[in-house]
Amino acid sequence: MKFIQNIFDATRPAVTTGKLKPLYPLHNALETMMFVPDHNAHSGAHVRDAIDLKRTMVTVIFALVPALIFGIFNGGYQHYKALGLLNDAMGWGQFFTVDNFLFGAWKIVPMIAVTYMAGLGVEIYFAGINKHPVNEGFLVSGLLIPMTMPIDMPLWMVAISTIFAVLIGKEVFGGTGMNLLNPALTARAFAFFAYPSFMSGDKVWINTTTEAGQAVVDGFSGATALGQYATSGTTTFSAWDAFLGLIPGSIGETSTLLIVLGGIYLIATGIGSWKIMAGSTLGAIAMGLIFNAAAPHMLTEAQQNFMSIPFYYHLVFGSWAFATVFMATDPVSAAHTERGKWIYGFLVGFLGIMIRVFNPAYPEGMMLAILFMNVMAPLIDHYVVNANIQKRLKRAKA
Amino acid sequence: MSTEQKPAKEGLFSKKNRALLIDPLNSNNPITVQVLGICSALAITVKLKPAIVMGLSVLVVTTMANLITSLMRNMIPNRIRIIVQLVVVAALVILVDQVLKAFVYDVSKQLSVFVGLIITNCIIMGRIEAFSLGNTPWKSVLDGLGNGAAYGGILIIVAFFRELLGNGTLLDYPVVDMLGLYDFGYKNNGMMLLPPMALIVVALIIWVQRAKTPSLIEKD
Repeated sequence: MKFIQNIFDATRPAVTTGKLKPLYPLHNALETMMFVPDHNAHSGAHVRDAIDLKRTMVTVIFALVPALIFGIFNGGYQHYKALGLLNDAMGWGQFFTVDNFLFGAWKIVPMIAVTYMAGLGVEIYFAGINKHPVNEGFLVSGLLIPMTMPIDMPLWMVAISTIFAVLIGKEVFGGTGMNLLNPALTARAFAFFAYPSFMSGDKVWINTTTEAGQAVVDGFSGATALGQYATSGTTTFSAWDAFLGLIPGSIGETSTLLIVLGGIYLIATGIGSWKIMAGSTLGAIAMGLIFNAAAPHMLTEAQQNFMSIPFYYHLVFGSWAFATVFMATDPVSAAHTERGKWIYGFLVGFLGIMIRVFNPAYPEGMMLAILFMNVMAPLIDHYVVNANIQKRLKRAKA
Repeated sequence: MSTEQKPAKEGLFSKKNRALLIDPLNSNNPITVQVLGICSALAITVKLKPAIVMGLSVLVVTTMANLITSLMRNMIPNRIRIIVQLVVVAALVILVDQVLKAFVYDVSKQLSVFVGLIITNCIIMGRIEAFSLGNTPWKSVLDGLGNGAAYGGILIIVAFFRELLGNGTLLDYPVVDMLGLYDFGYKNNGMMLLPPMALIVVALIIWVQRAKTPSLIEKD
């Protein structure tokens, strides 16, 4: 390891005082990633804590990895299944195959690489302008963004969405910790509205082209469960398959089981707020039950069917689980007060399911619900804090 | 603002008068600095052609309204000045509307209600209230020209990017198609056609402008 340290030492003068000053943030980021920095505290009292931003981000990445690996397998599985090359009797033996993994990785690894390059490029550029070290905040966003995209998303669209999200969603507000919106969801929302034909519908969720690029399955419909509900009011997928994740969808969102495991890990390590997750669960269940009660009064049959599905279906289909565990709990853009987290989480689940059912054009209501609640979070905090002040004033008077 | 009685005779394009014309284009831009007239900037910048027509219409209306109110400034009783201003602006807007309908009917249909809404454009009322009621006709004309051109300029910049990136065309001429970018898998950005993107483009223009003009940056 000595020789790497030597490289950093040898190049340090060039980036601190020499001609390559704009590259200092890059140098600093790479060095602190590999070695413990040698700066000391100079004055005053200091909090010593094992949890810093870098540790927090790495914990979230650990929580994401199972769902990501599953997504890679699922990408290949859905592809070969659509081509008719899989035999249903073989069960899991044909899910965890090298072919599936290679196919998924072939699609997904470049997407992750492009996201990191585009996002970190913007981050390093702004770190150079604002003269601060590169922030670790993008480590998680950079993994979340590809996990919310369909498998066939062109790489340049991923790159543009990422650049837009980091630039407009984060850097203009002052960088990590100052952003109003969740950057990963900003990227997804941008992609969704900019290139709707690549982000929605029934053609994008499964890759049905051969290696040579020809579409082999004409007229194949790879609609997601929610897409099917929106058009016909029924689905061909079972809730159990959806819970395990054997359904088409965005790369990381399909396996509710692994997302829940990631969520438990986040709660156990204290990184993710259990109040937000619980609130969102309650909100989704409440909305599902309201829909069940209201279903017989709806006019069209498709809507009646969609609204009368059991509430727990909403928890396994679509992006509810992924959004609740990884998106809503973003510590920067969520509500900060403890009571506020309950309100915020509840409304995320409540509105997400509402949008998903009421507006067939936006089957992924969770994305819009979270972005909306991100904007509302400071308002919630304001009223929670004010309520506390009022309560204490009353007590002081009495 | 300068007062109207000057002891010495001023040239038509003296330094002060030139400032009236040029200041609105940058350091006192009605859209990016004063943040006026935003609604129409969002509404009619999807395509370049309506934006140009709109910019020209507002240019004509501000200049003429400034000139007329400035000529009448000593006759208008202060209490009813808003009504008089409105009558002047409304008459001009109706004229412009009729001209558009007569000569560029298709654009006039695209602009629809927004031509009529020039009446409520804050820039026009703002210039009359703040400038032409207290200044000589020539200065008011320069001020109107400057502000109208500044408004139109921003409109054209925003519409340029929105039409090019959102539609792949410029003045309905298929630029992106001619360059052959679609063959490489390029797709138009649908977000550019949605109103929020106009706001973001205006914000980016403000960002660039402030980065280039340090005098606009607030102290704290």
